[in-house]
Amino acid sequence: MAILIDEDTTFIVQGITGREAVNLTRECLDYGKGAKIVAGVTPGRLGRDVHGVPVFDTVGQCVEHHGVPIDGSVVTVPPAFTKDAVFEALENGVKLIVIVTERIPRGDVAQMVELACERGARIIGPNCLGIIVPDVVKMGGIGGPARDAAKSYTPGPVGVISRSGGMTTEMSSTLTAAGLGQSTAVSIGGDAIIGSTYAELMPLFESDPATDAIVIYTEPGGRMESELAHYMISSGSRMPIVAFMAGRFMDEMPGMSFGHAGTIVEGREDTATEKIARLAEAGIVVAEEISEIPSLVQERLASGTAV
Amino acid sequence: MRFFEYESRALVDKAGIPVTRHGFAKTADEARRIAEQIGGPVVVKSQVLSGGRMKAGGVKFAATPEEAAHHAEHILDLEIGGHMPRGVLVDDRAPVKQEYYAGVVWDGIRKLPVMLCSDMGGIDIEEVAQRHPEHLASAHFSTLRPLGDWQAKQLIASLQISGSALNRLTPIVARLARLFVAYDLTLAEINPLGELQDGSFVALDAHIEMENEARPRQKAILHELGVGDEETRLAREPTAFELAGEQVDAQDHRGVAGNVTEFDGNLGLVIGAGGGSLTLFDAVRAHGGQPANYCEIGGNPSVRKTCGLAKLVLSKPGVDKIAVMMSIVSNTRVDIVARGVVKACLELGHDPAERIAIFRIPGAWEDEGFKILRRYGVEHADRSVSLHEAARRAVEKIQGSEPSLDGQGAPV
Repeated sequence: MAILIDEDTTFIVQGITGREAVNLTRECLDYGKGAKIVAGVTPGRLGRDVHGVPVFDTVGQCVEHHGVPIDGSVVTVPPAFTKDAVFEALENGVKLIVIVTERIPRGDVAQMVELACERGARIIGPNCLGIIVPDVVKMGGIGGPARDAAKSYTPGPVGVISRSGGMTTEMSSTLTAAGLGQSTAVSIGGDAIIGSTYAELMPLFESDPATDAIVIYTEPGGRMESELAHYMISSGSRMPIVAFMAGRFMDEMPGMSFGHAGTIVEGREDTATEKIARLAEAGIVVAEEISEIPSLVQERLASGTAV
Repeated sequence: MRFFEYESRALVDKAGIPVTRHGFAKTADEARRIAEQIGGPVVVKSQVLSGGRMKAGGVKFAATPEEAAHHAEHILDLEIGGHMPRGVLVDDRAPVKQEYYAGVVWDGIRKLPVMLCSDMGGIDIEEVAQRHPEHLASAHFSTLRPLGDWQAKQLIASLQISGSALNRLTPIVARLARLFVAYDLTLAEINPLGELQDGSFVALDAHIEMENEARPRQKAILHELGVGDEETRLAREPTAFELAGEQVDAQDHRGVAGNVTEFDGNLGLVIGAGGGSLTLFDAVRAHGGQPANYCEIGGNPSVRKTCGLAKLVLSKPGVDKIAVMMSIVSNTRVDIVARGVVKACLELGHDPAERIAIFRIPGAWEDEGFKILRRYGVEHADRSVSLHEAARRAVEKIQGSEPSLDGQGAPV
């Protein structure tokens, strides 16, 4: 079991003929049981193919070609065209959209999220690497080429949620080295407004029988961590969570921007220090180093089984 | 990106929100002329991107044009929060009956913009929220559908405001909200929003910020306001070293090798990606290291850009060694970064084994990358060495080679 995707998930790649999209398509086709990429879209490129995946001008043509609704889309078009591409996917019945593109203004992201909400769809990202279910399927560039992804990700009981794509792999690799596999790892994106936050993914992980604990990568900026802390307290969730907080040095440098667009500190609640305090109040342990994460997870898994 | 008050006023004015008569001056003489045109008492305000202007003496009242010129002369020379003012705003001192607040911000959790209104203007809105929550109203609104005036009216009426004040405030708040959406703003505040003796409303001060990501598509308005593409408007002006970093990154459009921030330590950092750089910078400091810089590599940059970045850092005065470290890469190729940093050492006439304290980048094309590093005898590590352990080794090497340290790795 896993969350969001499995081996039967069908998806398209919008912007499939771009350099990174061609690589991403190859990687997803090669990884695990092989992703079911049923089509790709690049306007004006109807009739081409990318690693055997047929290319169409519109999402509507993809759906017509496939014959039944398509589950998902990976969107890798330039920032100025992303909103339109996502609207196109949503209006053609796509229910899970992974937006890889970065540098999209918040106003556009808010509109995409609002329409997704109205259509009963979910957005992961923007500015993310996607979703991976170890040894089964990946949707997006997460983990890189199949051979590299296989080194970092193994199946197991830990769900991973991260605002950094690279750190999703770094943390999963550290867990793997310690013998702790992952149920599903989700790179949620580094922007100030994203389609799915920690708190929004928690219910999915909680109802997933394969997930026993969660590891999250967090940063300064925004209120997503306090939202998670609030969720854990108000829902009474017993899912153990181990967090890592990067960018602690930013607290000494208000008004400067580092890392991702979303790290810009806009309020008192946004600093690393405040976030660590909120997470701790909710019983979420914050590791000092990535290498401490596996033992912290193991401790929590052991005490969980003792209850 | 933050706007100066005089730019914010121009935006508010453009949206059809009344502002007091005012002018922007760069000299005391100009300030005097504006005060003469306004005729009557004025306020002279420092145009600086920093809070606390009033406390710092950057806002002064003047009864006559001579007094305005005198204050302007003083304020134009006054540094506030590390910034010199760009000029002064000379503003009509309007007879205010009551001060209100109107603002629009994003709510990242609800993922919608939110309009804020208060009948307690003139003070920090966070203070109103804490001490007098009953005087602050807020309402989220959709950006998919056009905003209706009724949404602003409903918000204002919820503060028990009625009569002419309600009808005059409604279009102001609605226009501010539309301005916020149209120009990709992240903050739009009118504080105070003054109700004058005659019952009319006027914006007395405005604070507006635009999202950096939207600057390319908002070029027209930015040019109209005279905001240059090179203006970062961060908490401090970019240093020559940081500008050189931007030039390196601008060489071509493949990936990123830049986002440089200067620090005053001795350990040069060539690090990435977004999250990896944040983690590694913390790790170096946690082990007592003093970084000479922050930077980011990502998205598979060219050898040329990686080489340029490494050369820039290696050439910084006081830097003896660089640490080349990233979280596991899936897109950026290890061999390309290895080639870039080795090339940088060689072109500067250095021994890569001497200058590269550690190379810790595991992931895509690592075998090819490690082969290059072996050839030059550079210490390198795979994923079995954690980010913190790699940072520790780098710090140990630099401290072994240079026992006396001047810099503290503090921001410059």
